[in-house]
Amino acid sequence: MSENVPNDLLYTEDHEWVRQDGNLVTIGITQFAVDQLGDVTQVDLPSEGEVLKIHDVFASVESVKAVSDIYAPVSGKVVKVNSPLLDSPEYVNEEPYDGGWMAQVEMSSPGDLKGLMTSAAYEEFLKDHED
Amino acid sequence: MNASSATEPRTTPLCQAHRRLDAKMIDFGGWLMPVNYPAGILEEHKATRTAVGMFDVCHMGEVHFRGARAAEAVQRLVTNHVGKLYDGRAMYTVACNPKGGIVDDLIVYRVKPDHFLIVVNAANIAKDYGHFVQQVGAWCEIRNASDETGLISFQGPKAQACLAPLTRAPLATLKPFHFLPEVEVAGRPAWIARTGYTGEDGFEIFCAAPDAEPLWQALLDACAGVGGRPVGLGARDTLRLEARLSLYGNDLNDETTPLEAGLGWVVKFEAGDFIGREALMRQRDAGLARKLAGFVMLGRGIARHGYPIHDPSTGAKVGDVTSGTVGPTVGKNIGLGYVPTALARAGARLLIDCRGKQTEAEVVEGPFYRR
Repeated sequence: MSENVPNDLLYTEDHEWVRQDGNLVTIGITQFAVDQLGDVTQVDLPSEGEVLKIHDVFASVESVKAVSDIYAPVSGKVVKVNSPLLDSPEYVNEEPYDGGWMAQVEMSSPGDLKGLMTSAAYEEFLKDHED
Repeated sequence: MNASSATEPRTTPLCQAHRRLDAKMIDFGGWLMPVNYPAGILEEHKATRTAVGMFDVCHMGEVHFRGARAAEAVQRLVTNHVGKLYDGRAMYTVACNPKGGIVDDLIVYRVKPDHFLIVVNAANIAKDYGHFVQQVGAWCEIRNASDETGLISFQGPKAQACLAPLTRAPLATLKPFHFLPEVEVAGRPAWIARTGYTGEDGFEIFCAAPDAEPLWQALLDACAGVGGRPVGLGARDTLRLEARLSLYGNDLNDETTPLEAGLGWVVKFEAGDFIGREALMRQRDAGLARKLAGFVMLGRGIARHGYPIHDPSTGAKVGDVTSGTVGPTVGKNIGLGYVPTALARAGARLLIDCRGKQTEAEVVEGPFYRR
């Protein structure tokens, strides 16, 4: 299966994506994650203003099959969440890199980004983890 | 079907068919089964409620009882009244252990007065067959035909219309829980039963294992034009839970009795001296301490197997969720769990601990979905 991995994003091993815009990052989950989850039926998001520590659980996604935690790829403060997902969780399936974004975070340690993968590295990572 | 080993899950005769359909396959209780096809669980669920859903249930077990004492042997094993069956009639029942705990939930088919078929859960084939032989093996011939038998479930409001062109069997007059042995479907010898596990009208088609794949293909072609789809285990679970049908291993096990599980309607004390009868009579007379309650979530949250259930008035943990899911047709999140009898009444409130979030739920009686 050819994976949908946009090359302007950074990625985590937990299949989150990060879009950087200066000190702000937008966070979501990848096409691969969405394919594994199946139909998303509920998304729980953090509160705006919440302070996240890298690797903490900051959101969760429920599909018909199971519940999955979403880990903070960076430390920082949540400045905005995609609240329409609360009523329309299907955006995560339909547009994981656009309408399915989850939160926007103001980074407290921009160095956190160095620990993330480029799209090329993430594609390699996916290849190694295919069944 | 091949002999199982410690690591390799067993496959059904439809494994290649699932791969061609690009199914996502998982190891489910030692069987490699489709959890969903590319359409996804919600589309598969909807197809079954509105048109046709096709299920590979070849992994389920078929055990034949033959001989002059076959009826007596089956009655010794199950709680429902075998004497009420006639040729071509099937019934849902359970087999119990001497303590009244459920060994398995089953469908018993009377083929002839001296020939019964019992269909058992895939995960329980070895346990059930061992139990049957140990208890009544001296009374009649008991043969485990699971490996040589294929089984396809064809469910939904358009199932009859789609199946009819493939068979000369009189489907229109076949009533629920009745079956037709020795008919043909798509030119292959088959048995057609009007049974299922989805809350819809539908059929279960038994065949020889090598005929399962061509039959599957013929059925797939027959229902594709009306929006029929193959359906995996994911939607099988949402469909059966909306219809409030129990799943062995989740809602039923060796420690739960049919009375506690809300299956008192399959326990007929007058039927005969079945295994577990005395224990169940004692439990009936003493009253039930706990019951399997159905609930709908009132707040945001999806109950899952194993989540704790608390009594809102005391905060005390009173039970666990045995099954829980999204109910795509009912539009609510639904579940089942054993709770003290006083909390199992319609309208009672429960708190479900959804990973630390206490979420209110309301007990409801009967199926969440009725067609």
